[in-house]
This record gives sequence, structure tokens and C-alpha cells, in this order.
Amino acid sequence: MTGTTSGSRLHLPRYLREDDSLRTPVGFPDYKSTGLRAPLRTPVDLPQRLTEVTGPVLGEDRVKAEDADLTLRNGGEAVGQRILVYGRVLDSDGRPVPDALVEVWQANAGGRYRHVVDVFPAPLDPHFDGLGRVMTDSLGRYEFMTIKPGAYPWGNHHNAWRPAHIHFSLFGRAFTQRLVTQMYFPDDQLFGQDPIFNAIPAAARHRAISQFSLERTVDNWALAFEWNIVLRGTDQTPFETEDDGDVA
Amino acid sequence: MTTDPLHVPDVSEPYQPLPGRTRHTGFLTGPLRLGTSPSATVGPYLAIGLTWPDGIWAAEEGTEGGVWLRGRVFDGAGDVVPDAMVETWQADPDGGFPSPEDPRGAATYPGFRGFARAQTLTGEFGIFTLKPGRVPDGEGGLQAPHVDVSIFARGILDRVVTRIYFADEADANAEDVVLRGLPEDRRRTLVAERTDDGYRFDVHLQGDQETVFFAV
Ligand SMILES: [Fe+2]
Repeated sequence: MTGTTSGSRLHLPRYLREDDSLRTPVGFPDYKSTGLRAPLRTPVDLPQRLTEVTGPVLGEDRVKAEDADLTLRNGGEAVGQRILVYGRVLDSDGRPVPDALVEVWQANAGGRYRHVVDVFPAPLDPHFDGLGRVMTDSLGRYEFMTIKPGAYPWGNHHNAWRPAHIHFSLFGRAFTQRLVTQMYFPDDQLFGQDPIFNAIPAAARHRAISQFSLERTVDNWALAFEWNIVLRGTDQTPFETEDDGDVA
Repeated sequence: MTTDPLHVPDVSEPYQPLPGRTRHTGFLTGPLRLGTSPSATVGPYLAIGLTWPDGIWAAEEGTEGGVWLRGRVFDGAGDVVPDAMVETWQADPDGGFPSPEDPRGAATYPGFRGFARAQTLTGEFGIFTLKPGRVPDGEGGLQAPHVDVSIFARGILDRVVTRIYFADEADANAEDVVLRGLPEDRRRTLVAERTDDGYRFDVHLQGDQETVFFAV
């Protein structure tokens, strides 16, 4: 019971915002659908208060063990190249984000989503639904087994193809840390023509690309890709330099 | 300055200064900063990954005093967006949050989760919740009751954030530091109107009535 009294001053963390030059803009002209959807006014700065620095606790009860293996669904095995996708969820201070919900979804090996809107004439796979859920462990680590998604065409421009990707959704600890993003695979020849990839400022694009890991390949079973995800961190006790006579 | 997030330090050494960054610069320096992962659109197939059977229930079904927050999301042509997802996060009626990140301690309120997500497949979203109480602003004052909202959709590369306030909280709204900072005609875009079973809050992504969106 916290009551509705204002109480004294609260010491709240302040979540750092990535520099605009390294953040994906909300709208990007080459991605046609942003034209009527991305807000046009400059967003208003909202100082972070209690609602922004808190967030829901979404625990184990929404994740089953089998949710971490997308290759086994409906009593059979998905078609495609098996891959282990793994990594760590950190904040920008380098601290692990433990016990955090990670939700993923993706196309099947042929590049088709199990979704009514997807009419790409590639076959659906009865043993692949494209949904995975895992929790990070105490060190912020996650992993799931899946198949490598195929590239798929879309209507953005003539002969437009999305590079292979896996959609990720993450909650950190706080409303400010919420992130929905996409993970790509190294050296994809489709990067150059994809406006969703290229909407990411050039200096930050590598952050969206996983790395092949020979070390974590599973002998006689699956390839492996590592992708570390960085959520916003707090400006924990900046320290001053030793000859800082004139800094605030 | 940022560094490559694919090359992270061991967990046991999270605070190493960046290579080449030395002390004695005369500037404030901070702990290691990793570049944050770039956002991307949820795309058109979000329903595969983000549908929860209990998504819309910020408060359990049947919770006494529960209200429906309903609304539509409009694009710049005035058309309803049928493939958006709206997420809400808010305090309970006593102003507490079910979150260990609250420095006052995690609050518990019967049947209350505080978080909901709803898609707009039918043309509108609807979430069942309890009206939030007033929440300290951290500086000795109180904020008006409000709900923080994230909106995700195809055609939006990063979530957009707004707040729902309540039309029947005129006195609290008049004192609210966030609302007071906005011109009257813009403030109106954040205020949900009373309905038979709760409140209505429409979102306008663009246009004359573009909703106030926030950078948090
Ligand atoms: Fe996709």
C-alpha cells in the first residue's frame, strides 16, 4: 500500500537515451508504409518518473520449456537448416538483464509466415509455427533452437526482398527499456536494397547482425549464431576524473 | 562514445573503461557504455509472436471497479490501422506499481497486473484495467492519474509513446506537470473521454489532431 501522498523526493534511475544519430528513426521515406503512419511532429520530452522507470514482471508462467525449440511443433520436425540462436541481454552499462522475457517470431525456411496476411506462394510447414519464447537466465543469457528463416518478397518497391531475419521483443525492467527489433544474419546479399535494415543509421547497423559461431555449433545437429542485445542502461554514479577542477 | 555490442566484457568485469579512454581528461566520464540495439518495426506479422491469451487484462476479468479502455488508431489518411499493437503500463488505484523497480517497493493490488497489450484487428483495441491513482512526481508533487502507452505497427520503425489521462480528473489534470507543459489544443489529445463501460482514447498518428507523442 503506497497511498496517494506525494511523499518525499524519490531517487529514480535515469535511463540514458541513445544518440539520435545512432537510433532508428520512427519514419524512413524509403519504407513506404511509414508515410501515413510515422508521426510527423517532434516528440515532446517526457522526464522519466515512476511510471517510466518501473515495468511489469513477466515471469516464467508465460514460458514453457518447449517454447525454446521452434523446430519441434505439432508432433514433427520443421524443414530447414537448424540453428541455435543465443546471446546475452545487457544494458548499456554492460550489466546483464536477468529473468527477462524474450519473444521471437519468424518466417519458415521458405520465407513464409504462418499468418493470414502472408500470401507469398512458398509452402507452409506443418511443423513450424514461427513462435518462440524464452527467459534470460541470471547472467542475462538466452538461447533457442530454430531453423534459419528464408528471405521473402514484399510490396515496398519493385522486386523487394526482406533479408532473412528473426523478430525480437524484449521487456527489460522498466518501461523505458522496451524494445522490439529484428536480428539479421551475417553477409546477407539483400541488405543493400532493404529499407528496414537501412533505416538503421549506418554506424549502428552492425548491432542488428548476428555472428556465426563455430564454437557453439552443435555437432551433427545445428549451426549457431550469437546475438547480444543491449537495452538502455542508467547513468549509474558517473565518476569524476582526478583533475576535474572545473566540471559540474 | 559507444562500442561494439557484439564484443562485450565478461560478466565479472562490467565496468571496464573503453579501450583508449583514459582518466585525467578533465571531463566527466562514466561507466562502460555499450551501444543500444537498434529498434525495428514489428511488421505485419506481430500476431504470431506477441499474442497472449490474457493480453488485454491489466486487471483480472471481473475485478471490482474495472473499466474498459477502448480506442482506435488512425493513420494520416484518417483510416483505421488494423494491425497495430497497443501496450499499457500504469499504477494501481492507490498509486503503486507491481514492479520491484519502484523505490517505494513493489505494490500488490488484488487482481491487478498493471500491464496489458491489445491488437487492433477489429478496428479498435480494448483493455480491461483499473483506473490508476495519483502517482508522486518524485519532486514532492503528484501527477494526475495516467497510463503510459506504447504503440507498435507496421510502418513505424520504433514504438511511439503517449499517455492516457482521464476527462473526469479535471482538477488533477490542471495540476499535472506534463499536461501543463502542453498547449491546450495539444493537451486534449491525451485525455480519454468517459463511456458507458470505461473510457475512449483514440490515437492519431498524424494529421491536425496528431496525438502528443513523447520521447522518454
Ligand atoms: Fe519479418
